[in-house]
Amino acid sequence: MENELKLVSGAMVALAVATAALVVLPYMQVRDLKAPVGLKPYTEQQLRGRAVYVSNGCVYCHSQQPRDRNLAPDFSRGWGRASVPADYVYDKPHLLGSMRTGPDLFNIGARQPSKDWHLGHLYQPRAYVPESIMPAYPFLFRLKDAAETGDQLVTLPPSAAPVGKVVVASEDALDLVKYLQGLDHTYPVLPALDTP
Amino acid sequence: MDSAILSLLGAFLLSIIGLFGFIWSLRKGLLVENPAAASVIFARGEVGKIDDPALSEDEQQEMQAAVQTGTVLAVDAAEIADRVDADRSSAFPVFMFIAFACFWLLIGSFAGLISSFKLHEPDWLVQQAWLSFGRIRSVHLNAVIYGWSSNAALAVILWVLPRLLRTRLHGAIWAMVGGTFINAGIVAGIGAIAAGWTDGMEYLEIPWQIDIFIFAGFALIILSALYTLVNRRVEHLYVSVWYMIAALLWFAVLFFVANLPGVHTGVQQATTNWWYGHNALGLWFTPVSVGAIYYFLPKIIGRPVVSYNLSLLGFWTLAFFYGQVGGHHLIGGPIPGWLTTLSIVQSVMMIIPVIAFTINMKGTLKGQMHLARYSPTLRFMMFGGLMYLASSVQGSFEALRSVNSVTHFTHFTVAHAHLGMYAFVSMVMFGAIYFMLPRVLDWEWPYPRLITLHFWLAAVGMAIYFIGLSIGGWLQGMAMLDAARSFNESVTLTAPWLKSRSVGGLLMTLGHLVFVGHFFAMALRFGPHRTGAALFWQSKELAHGK
Repeated sequence: MENELKLVSGAMVALAVATAALVVLPYMQVRDLKAPVGLKPYTEQQLRGRAVYVSNGCVYCHSQQPRDRNLAPDFSRGWGRASVPADYVYDKPHLLGSMRTGPDLFNIGARQPSKDWHLGHLYQPRAYVPESIMPAYPFLFRLKDAAETGDQLVTLPPSAAPVGKVVVASEDALDLVKYLQGLDHTYPVLPALDTP
Repeated sequence: MDSAILSLLGAFLLSIIGLFGFIWSLRKGLLVENPAAASVIFARGEVGKIDDPALSEDEQQEMQAAVQTGTVLAVDAAEIADRVDADRSSAFPVFMFIAFACFWLLIGSFAGLISSFKLHEPDWLVQQAWLSFGRIRSVHLNAVIYGWSSNAALAVILWVLPRLLRTRLHGAIWAMVGGTFINAGIVAGIGAIAAGWTDGMEYLEIPWQIDIFIFAGFALIILSALYTLVNRRVEHLYVSVWYMIAALLWFAVLFFVANLPGVHTGVQQATTNWWYGHNALGLWFTPVSVGAIYYFLPKIIGRPVVSYNLSLLGFWTLAFFYGQVGGHHLIGGPIPGWLTTLSIVQSVMMIIPVIAFTINMKGTLKGQMHLARYSPTLRFMMFGGLMYLASSVQGSFEALRSVNSVTHFTHFTVAHAHLGMYAFVSMVMFGAIYFMLPRVLDWEWPYPRLITLHFWLAAVGMAIYFIGLSIGGWLQGMAMLDAARSFNESVTLTAPWLKSRSVGGLLMTLGHLVFVGHFFAMALRFGPHRTGAALFWQSKELAHGK
């Protein structure tokens, strides 16, 4: 070929087709989605916790998209029904994830509602799940000699508790746990209506 | 209308369009081979001459003897002079991009190695937030994708374009300003990720505020490339030019659209994320690497590609199919069904450009495979080309629903990504740098054996990495699909394979230390051989033409 204009325009048309299919059409399709009745917007604290989840890259090991029952046994693992686009209307950035080095967290709040469990598990996952390969997050906690007023103490199994110190949860840890507790998409959604 | 009727109608229309395309190509004579176009990378009389600047004079003569072509004609001196001018004009920017690439390669390797160790030593280095897995893993990804691979790709583009367009690099200073912007952006971006400031999406972690700098830098480099293109002194645009110019423009659009703040949300953001994520490989690294192979491989063995038209078919099918495959990252996810299906179909269609490329390279190398024994550069190129075939065919099958239900969400995907980005793209970039740098610096590689050592460390490391992690990922996927087995089982059974991945990664990192060390030794003019110094200027000029 001798003509650079043909090259450039051909290349751009090919990309435009792809962009229309993967960016523009989904945009038009989900733009006017309404949130399901059972889905509440995130609270201020949950949004802060979500930011902690994002900045520490939890998404690289945990998905938030249970699959359909005829594709994978996600439901029988207690991860919940298959998710639908409307479940994500408040999500920015999206946290669908692409790895399950750890379990899906779309309904972790329903599966594991305990604040103490979450705090302790973040401090040392192997105190609760011995075979876990999740990193420990000691930097989300502070070690003190004695608790002060207003401190959220972390209750740990004796094996994981530091000797002579108490473990106090930071704001970030408390926010993150609030977000995790709020991850509950067990409300029913109607199946998409068939267009006549 | 019924979807069955719609798809039948679509297939009918596509066949008609395909038929017209075929008739048109016959009329334009596109199915008649075009050896003249395939030979534009050679100066007049140069076909049949091997070219590997990474070899010493003696080794080059040995390799030339192994080619066993009959007559070797005199090479057109004017065209060689043009090429020397082209190389001289691009030398400084290309050196700058290679130096940046080497720096990021080391950072990325160590960050990757730390991440890999953390998956089997989860309590190692947990006290600092920036060293925790979720962050250091993203540091690794951004350092190798934007730092190493993109800088290396830009170096290749800026070096090959002036040669193929038979002109000097126009606007070289703007390319260098652009490179400074990009690398300042990457430094800031990686710092931001380590500090916890991220846009939160895979491949799009760098905050959009910093992306503005990267985009501006990229735009400056495109301007320089386009300015060189319009000032060309050849009639015919060789296929590598197509791949590289298209890749530059594609990546600019991808990067811009995907990073637009405040537009994308929810599920649509996920499809955009993977449209970008897969196209960064498909429409940026792949075309640059394929374009590089189309230039370097025939150039090294001194023989034009056998079927030039097949390379054009490869280009247009890649351009059309590759852009639409991103949805296969969300199979089974909450996105419209038609989108997943479209992406699966186009993923399988990707077999066409890959097969076209492979047939072409196999034909070009026919009877010349033994040259790989002589030329380490050729070895890197052949390895990379073969791995393009492997990773792309693997990717096509991985997109099928039946396979994907096992491999999705597992380490199998990670192994596949490294097969594409390392065994294919990075190996081609290594080979290209070994070829380019002696021309850029007018200096020989001081310790040629290190090139061979680097090759084997990288190849063996990659093999251990890929084979182990693929097995581990597959077992992990099978365990996750079996409702009778606990989730924890899918975690524990990967442990030995995650360790083998660390071993592979360690070997690759050692290879990178050898490579970067060698680069420094060359840049600082070390080494026993000192050809190319001012005293030997005349002979160097002649050697350039080989």
